Amino acid sequence: MDIILDSVSKTVNGQIHINNISLKIESGATNVILGHTLAGKTSLLRLMAGLDRPTSGRILVDGRDVTGLPVRKRSVAVVYQQFVNYPSMTIYNNIASSLKMSGMKKSEIDRKVRKTAAMLHIEDLLNRLPAELSGGQQQRTAIARSLVKDAELLLLDEPLVNLDYKLREELQVELQDIFKQRKAIVVYTTTEPTEALILGGNIVVIHEGSVLQSGSTPEVYRNPATINVAQVFSDPPINLLNGTIQANTIRLANDIEIPLNSHHNILKSLPAGNYMFGLRPNHIHLSRVGEKDAEIRVKIELAEINGTETFIHVNHGDFHLVVQEYGIHPLQIGSDISIYVDPSLLFVYDEKGSLFLSPFKNGLD
Amino acid sequence: MSRIELNEISHSYLREPKGDTDYALKRIQSVWDDGGAYALLGPSGCGKTTLLNIISGLITPSTGRVLYGDLDVTALPPEKRNIAQVFQFPVLYDTMSVFDNLAFPLRNRHIDKNDISKRVQEVAEILDLTAFLKYKAAGLAADAKQKISLGRGLVRSDVAAILFDEPLTVIDPNLKWHLRRELKEIHEKLKLTLIYVTHDQMEALTFADKVMVMYEGEIVQIGTPQDLVENPEHTFVGYFIGSPGMNFMQCTLNGNVAQVDGAGIILDQKTADLGHKSQGKLELGIRPMHVELSSEQVKNSLPAKIKSVEDLGSYKIVTLNFADKILRAKLAEGASVPSDKAWLVFSPQWIRLYSDGRLVK
Repeated sequence: MDIILDSVSKTVNGQIHINNISLKIESGATNVILGHTLAGKTSLLRLMAGLDRPTSGRILVDGRDVTGLPVRKRSVAVVYQQFVNYPSMTIYNNIASSLKMSGMKKSEIDRKVRKTAAMLHIEDLLNRLPAELSGGQQQRTAIARSLVKDAELLLLDEPLVNLDYKLREELQVELQDIFKQRKAIVVYTTTEPTEALILGGNIVVIHEGSVLQSGSTPEVYRNPATINVAQVFSDPPINLLNGTIQANTIRLANDIEIPLNSHHNILKSLPAGNYMFGLRPNHIHLSRVGEKDAEIRVKIELAEINGTETFIHVNHGDFHLVVQEYGIHPLQIGSDISIYVDPSLLFVYDEKGSLFLSPFKNGLD
Repeated sequence: MSRIELNEISHSYLREPKGDTDYALKRIQSVWDDGGAYALLGPSGCGKTTLLNIISGLITPSTGRVLYGDLDVTALPPEKRNIAQVFQFPVLYDTMSVFDNLAFPLRNRHIDKNDISKRVQEVAEILDLTAFLKYKAAGLAADAKQKISLGRGLVRSDVAAILFDEPLTVIDPNLKWHLRRELKEIHEKLKLTLIYVTHDQMEALTFADKVMVMYEGEIVQIGTPQDLVENPEHTFVGYFIGSPGMNFMQCTLNGNVAQVDGAGIILDQKTADLGHKSQGKLELGIRPMHVELSSEQVKNSLPAKIKSVEDLGSYKIVTLNFADKILRAKLAEGASVPSDKAWLVFSPQWIRLYSDGRLVK
């Protein structure tokens, strides 16, 4: 199954919410829509669901044009950020409610409700009311209500954002298994790069109502096509540095020089000029890891220790960098240290912000 | 400024609490040093917000005393305590300018106009809000609004402590990094006591010098982030801290070998001795980052089957079937993963034993 958005735009009171998006989303893998708050994720889901009608463009499900077809005539299930359950109905009836309208046989409804509840580990709570459940259990109920329908299109709009971090982690793992068992087209929105990576599958990165990049999730993470994508798809934020390549040397700021030698043949082959360099925090180290590493002197602004890793915020003049290093490194604020960078791990962007060279596309040379 | 002491605090929202389960807070005894950065970490319903509200004076505890230095403030309302509180959603006057929002707490205290202006400028400078002072608060982004909330606390020169109740919940991931960093810098600069309530371990661990992990109305461990990772004193702490949490397996001891469903895991002598002395149900705990994987049999390795591998960008999570249990291992970005069968090494120095949920020590 697939859903196709063909040049879809949505304008509300003169404001462009969705700007000419063309996309094909298929069943068989989780599809993640990643973007900042207000990037257009919810608008896009509402268009797919048929809750809103596009200002222009067409929407096709399995080749059928469904543009303008109201949501009740479509096979769609939606899970919202704010879980919605009927407060006066038991959990059983909440889950069964969407099936009862379809005129399904009672025994069949019962079988489906129990099966879905078991999948979400709420089978012991079926006689309770929503108010008697924790937030996590209520959201499980809302998810069960949407799963029980066997809809063609399953849309989840930041479904875990209101849950505790640890619960989120558990549901992320469980949902992956649940999605795998379904034939539906699954679309899941999030602001969080880590959540996108956990869910895996395919990703669509959106920003200000436009699609920036789409593809397999780990592939996009390793080859962010523009600086914008790299910024949206990084946690901690990716380090970005202006610089030049000239005479076999990368120059950052005025005085950081990274000589390129026979280890860096691909970088050496780039035309001389101005570039933007991206560097993921976990690719910078506090000690020399390999012989290819270049040394940069920096001043420590701040160190954050999370128990397994240390995030060190440093600067070199106007350059600010974040280093993510495994282990506990108590460092004195204001002191000068060296950091080590393997130049072949640099993402190289041209002046317009398009990816020129990815360390992963070309293999680590 | 002063240290804060919680003396035998318990609290129930019921009028006539009976058993232990009627208490949102069971028995809290704790001292918070002046100028420290603390986090209260725990899941929904663990009592962390109740405890925060007892410190700020929004709630009077059922029993026990709250001391600021030597002063008993248990019965004092929030406005009589030198405390500022920042909530999950920014509390602002949308129609007022940023300046007026920051000045509000001072105007309420009838402070001289020139002093107000000077103080507001200072705080705006610290929070990078100077450029926004004339703007209406309504038009600002979520992180700027949250900074104004914080600024309204900082602006009072008599503030002894600032309490944060999940302040970053509504903030995008990238901005979280930025704002968290500013909070740390403010702490470095002003040396105020900061108490930060959250369910998010990453926020708690990076923010605080000392983290108090709460579970079902009790503080189960107080420690540095390193303590909580390396020596969880309770299986709950092992589970709650770390992504994924610690692996736990029921075991029995045979000399210095822990038997887990037929597989024997070698312990160091000290851990084994402690295990033998303890009574109760024994569990072996090891963090995913300390489970080593090899494609070939090596010394002291045990066989496991690989169930799935998740590529999380800067690291990988491998889910394994081992001795009829599910285990998780955390590997570096570039690490190679055997395709089907793997040999596991559990480094003895990172194995912890738990008896009825408590670390044996």
